[in-house]
Amino acid sequence: MAAPNKGRRPAAGGQSKPGRALALILIAMVALVGGMFISHTTTPRLGIDLAGGTSITLKAKPEPGQESAINKANMDTAVSIMERRVNGLGVSEAEVQTQGNDNIIVNIPKGTNSEQARQQVGQTAKLYFRPVLTAQATAAPTPSASPSASGKGTPTPSGTPSVTGKATPSASGKATPSAGKPSGTPQGRALTDALKASGTPTPGASKPSSPAPNPSGSAADSAAAAKLQAQFAALDCSTKEARSKAGEGAKSTDPTVACDQNGAEKYILGPAEVDGTDVAKAQAVINQQNGQWIVQMDFTSGGSKKFAAITGKLSQQQYPNNRFAIALDNTVVSAPTVSSTLSGSAEISGSFNQSSAQDLANVLSYGALPLTFQEQSVTTVTAALGADQLHAGLIAGAIGLALVIIYLVAYYRGLAMIAILSLVASAILTYAIMTLLGPGIGFALNLPAVCGAIVAIGITADSFIVYFERIRDEIREGRTLRPAVERAWPRARRTILVSDFVSFLAAAVLFIVTVGKVQGFAFTLGLTTLLDVVVVFLFTKPVMTLLARRKFFASGHPWSGLDPKRLGAKPPLRRTRRTTSAPVDTPKEA
Amino acid sequence: MSKLGTLGARLYRGEVGYDFVGKRKIWYGISILITITAIVGLAVRGLTMGIEFQGGAVFTTPKTSATSAQAEDAAQSASGHDAIAQKLGDGTIRITIGGVDTAKSDQIKTELAKDLKVQANDINADLVGPSWGETIAKKAWTGLIIFMILVVIYLAIAFEWRMAVAALVALIHDLTITVGIYALVGFEVTPGTVIGLLTILGYSLYDTVVVFDGLKEGQKGITKQTRFTYSEMANKSLNGTLVRSINTTVVALLPVAGLLFIGGGVLGAGMLNDISLSLFVGLAAGAYSSIFIATPLVADLKETMPEMKALKKRVLAKRAAAAAKGETEEQQDAAPLDEDDESETAGAVVGQRRQPSRNNRGKRR
Repeated sequence: MAAPNKGRRPAAGGQSKPGRALALILIAMVALVGGMFISHTTTPRLGIDLAGGTSITLKAKPEPGQESAINKANMDTAVSIMERRVNGLGVSEAEVQTQGNDNIIVNIPKGTNSEQARQQVGQTAKLYFRPVLTAQATAAPTPSASPSASGKGTPTPSGTPSVTGKATPSASGKATPSAGKPSGTPQGRALTDALKASGTPTPGASKPSSPAPNPSGSAADSAAAAKLQAQFAALDCSTKEARSKAGEGAKSTDPTVACDQNGAEKYILGPAEVDGTDVAKAQAVINQQNGQWIVQMDFTSGGSKKFAAITGKLSQQQYPNNRFAIALDNTVVSAPTVSSTLSGSAEISGSFNQSSAQDLANVLSYGALPLTFQEQSVTTVTAALGADQLHAGLIAGAIGLALVIIYLVAYYRGLAMIAILSLVASAILTYAIMTLLGPGIGFALNLPAVCGAIVAIGITADSFIVYFERIRDEIREGRTLRPAVERAWPRARRTILVSDFVSFLAAAVLFIVTVGKVQGFAFTLGLTTLLDVVVVFLFTKPVMTLLARRKFFASGHPWSGLDPKRLGAKPPLRRTRRTTSAPVDTPKEA
Repeated sequence: MSKLGTLGARLYRGEVGYDFVGKRKIWYGISILITITAIVGLAVRGLTMGIEFQGGAVFTTPKTSATSAQAEDAAQSASGHDAIAQKLGDGTIRITIGGVDTAKSDQIKTELAKDLKVQANDINADLVGPSWGETIAKKAWTGLIIFMILVVIYLAIAFEWRMAVAALVALIHDLTITVGIYALVGFEVTPGTVIGLLTILGYSLYDTVVVFDGLKEGQKGITKQTRFTYSEMANKSLNGTLVRSINTTVVALLPVAGLLFIGGGVLGAGMLNDISLSLFVGLAAGAYSSIFIATPLVADLKETMPEMKALKKRVLAKRAAAAAKGETEEQQDAAPLDEDDESETAGAVVGQRRQPSRNNRGKRR
């Protein structure tokens, strides 16, 4: 503490540059508010409980013996897969995030099919490697299909990636046909024959959609095959909803129909040959030789054998039968061609960019996650209730603020003006930061956060009270206002810092440790506590210093709240030695 | 200035003093009594845990003409479990069904909507699996314990371990009372309650810290004087910061009261109500404990220190001597302290607050 050292020159420190601090905080305010308008976000993003929608909390359960599987990398993979799965249903803006160590929150805004999303989220994702029996480019991929999709009407000229062993340089970017109309007939082929058909292998140089050999299967299979062909012909991959329904309910041991994730291609796929769980690891890396993004995957020992078997068979085939599809929930994420027998590890190359490579790597890794997710809680809030809650919260805040202001004015009179201005400054900062944090870090204002903000009014006002009382104490000592303001500051500062630190500590611990609603509350409380310190240091104190120079306050006007007489100040500081004696009022210790 | 303001001045100068520390046995007694009541209440009645802690579903219908009895029947037939329906002030019905599986909820919701003739999409649902409450509770406990450890360490550094211990005792005292009141009154415990309870952590300590800060100043140079024992000094500090304490508490309680009024009075139930109720109880307990429990405890702990014991002896001896000789000597003793007044070395509280009480009286009246 600086005060004791200042001795008899209490007015020396701190008072000199109130303008600088004020300018700083004003600039901060203007910048934040300006940022709000520039980014066109003038209201905070509302949480599900205020805006309406469904919020699902999932908890990760590790497989027995793999308790260490709950780690950040795994949870992040799970989140990105879940995001893809939920948004794949046509739910836009669904938001998936981790909370705590082992929880995932899925927030689905109102107006979307939350039940379907819930189902999707509730069940484990199924990742399979299936041989491609038939592939066909679809007529009109939806414009919204993917960032890489080209304009309307034309099929996506998406490159067919290829999979190779690690050492082999990859022949990449084989374009699928970009015919203006759907390619003629589905390349039918008896499904049972698919893997042993003896086409001429054309390694590394697959012809685009070569006419398929005629079906040559046994009669027993033809009924099932015909049914599949009919399904395939009817398959519509133009919308996300339709795509997610394609081949619904198909078992992994049966052939099925499926859509490409962007709707650019549709497939008939053979039974699953390799499971997602056979993948040990997958990652997106840059190929050192040609600088392109590729996805590397390693298989488990069991997976290696299976993968060697399937690639051995596939590499003997002609396009498109030399492809295998990586299907997540029966939607094809990628369908690379195979040109040689691979095992152990493989890399998929093609026209990847960083994000598409990472995306595929994520999908592949997901199968290796030894985690299952259990639904912990589901909250569905209608928009009407959400609006009511927001309304109630705002009214409660207004009442609380009004009560605090009335109390402050009644007790501190003129000083209350400073408190109210400081509260306003604090409110502006809090609002602007909360608003900007919406797009910034995905902060959403929920009901507990509103509560936190209201409770924070008290905490913020408390700091002013601590300071004001200190000033009054100094005036009671017989000091005039200006020295009193400066002398009171170091002591008040200390109290404010210590108590705000304790408050912040509580908020921080709660934010880190807890989950769900508690976290939202803790966040607001922590934020407002920090802002309280900022406002007291950069606003309240400088304003106090400036106002102490005004006659209204300095002369101790009865309405200033600093009237020395009313405060019961001692007569001037240099008092005479007293000789009278009076009994000490404080009761003595027994 | 208001009466409280004048009172503040008089408290500050020590003209009026409430003997918090001296009568500490009474406060301890009261607190122990309350705490025992709370613990007994907790043991006998237990806490009424909300659906969030047991697993189950809460449905809130839109405004409907159906009665709560109808809703209860509909919910029971739809779910096969016991249901409690409660008509809220705004015509909506809140139906609580314990023990249902979250997977069945959509079906229950649809049936409820049919029976009560409302749109299924207009029904608010809150479904909680059986282990979620446990997770929340476990994390809350973890948070509580980590916070307590950290805060004790921090307070031990910022102040001293005796104050940290006293603050911790006061904190536990507040939490126990709040939980006890929940058990005795039978308020439902929800995640909102837990939030409120955890907020008390920071807030109850805020008050205590304000008081301790005054105490810390007061005890500077305490051993260099012979006028007051530690307990007396503590009491003076406490009185000096009393107005501040009252004001901070009142100002903290006012917004919470606003929340409680809107959350409980207008909305009927829900998160706002739950948070504010536990906060209100906890804050009130916190204000009480920082004045009546924390500071006296510090005084008790301090009085066991050898130098404080010695001080007490000296003070008592001096008083005995003064009583015998008249008070002249005491005046001389006061003089050097007067010089120190400005530089505060001999104790802001002891030095400054003592004199007016003895000297200004005549002039003011």
